[in-house]
Amino acid sequence: MNERTEITVSVNGLSYTRRIEPRMLLTDFLRHELGLTGTHVGCEHGVCGACTVLLDGRSARSCLMLAVQTDGADIETVEGQGTVENLGRIQQAFRDHHGLQCGFCTPGFVMTIADMLRHHNLDNDEEIREALSGNICRCTGYEHIVNAVRELAKERGALK
Amino acid sequence: MKPAYFEYVRAESAEHAVQTLASAGGDGKVIAGGQSLMPMMNFRLVKPSVLVDINRIPGLDAVQIRGDKLVLGALVRHRMTATDALIAEHIPVLHHAMKHVAHLTVRNRGTFCGSVCHADPAAEMPMMSLLLNGVVRIVSPRGARALAAQEFFVGSLVTALEPDELVTEIEIDKLLPDTGWGFEEFARRHGDYALAAVAVTMRWREGLASNVRIGMMGVGEMPMRAPQIEAMLEGREINSTTIREAIDALRAELEPNSDLNASADYRRHLAGVLARRAITDAWARAEKGAAA
Repeated sequence: MNERTEITVSVNGLSYTRRIEPRMLLTDFLRHELGLTGTHVGCEHGVCGACTVLLDGRSARSCLMLAVQTDGADIETVEGQGTVENLGRIQQAFRDHHGLQCGFCTPGFVMTIADMLRHHNLDNDEEIREALSGNICRCTGYEHIVNAVRELAKERGALK
Repeated sequence: MKPAYFEYVRAESAEHAVQTLASAGGDGKVIAGGQSLMPMMNFRLVKPSVLVDINRIPGLDAVQIRGDKLVLGALVRHRMTATDALIAEHIPVLHHAMKHVAHLTVRNRGTFCGSVCHADPAAEMPMMSLLLNGVVRIVSPRGARALAAQEFFVGSLVTALEPDELVTEIEIDKLLPDTGWGFEEFARRHGDYALAAVAVTMRWREGLASNVRIGMMGVGEMPMRAPQIEAMLEGREINSTTIREAIDALRAELEPNSDLNASADYRRHLAGVLARRAITDAWARAEKGAAA
């Protein structure tokens, strides 16, 4: 019943090979098999967005993916965005704008925004709020997160 | 929350997928985007013995034109439907409806055909497949068949699909360029399942409405067309009187459910409001389309 399957994935540019049960969620694979606990487990049914990662460059709920499905895929998690000593650009914007309080939802927001900055219009607050609408934060009231994304979107505009 | 044990099969072809489903003896399940199936598996509401992953089957991810139809393969993600140039040009009402489908991250994975197969009465794609006279193309080890969307939906979350069958594509109507459309949805929060939605298409012919179609969702066990209301408006001028008549008839006919989100009365009232707006928009666009 619980035969294990070998998969090889790239996570933040490093290759990992593991034997896993097919029923293992991608969230649990990242956290328990690879020790990458930056990806947080919130609702485990695709509502809260805390577990969002990038799968081949696009955001995905890692609680709605089986690890076995990602064999050969390129995954990015919050650990690839920066370190405590050297924050990534999105993380720095969150810090500058007080875009987090308890921080539980933050990894999901950061990875969602990483996708949105690459692929979506963020020209006004309506578009920014739509881009963030799949992630739930119970601390900030979202205003400070919107402020952070507004700054990131402006920088991106300058690069265009 | 973890899914129960299952055997995982990565299908290499549609044939491989349906053979695997057949040998699972009615207990297999197909996964494409997984945005509805995985939550149910995490809760163990669904415990398939075999999970058939169709994500790597080549050739199922295309949107293409076939005569006066547009065809969406089983792996066309919501993001593709939302951004596809052919859909934006030929079926603007579907292009617009995509703004209401879940959130951007879910649209990256979820599929048009998967949503139709899930058959949630408050999801947009089942309603749009009805509105656009969808034809569901199905394969199984017993051969191929096609079902009209009207016959495909059997109940809430229930379709006519047999356990060994796979939907490979859905054909929907391209709309004539002068077709007017309206789409109105109400949800408590953006991206949530709708409390109700109404989609309307029609053409303007010498001052009268023609080819009137009305699709609704969230107001019954299944998404539905409103053929009596369509017939009431067909061949008539759309004005405040005809709209009022149509809305009154619609409200008299609807039998929505009461649930924790809204009462039946509320939904009946809401459906009328949304229908009035959608019919008004469709008529205005049809008039403009005829003038162009």
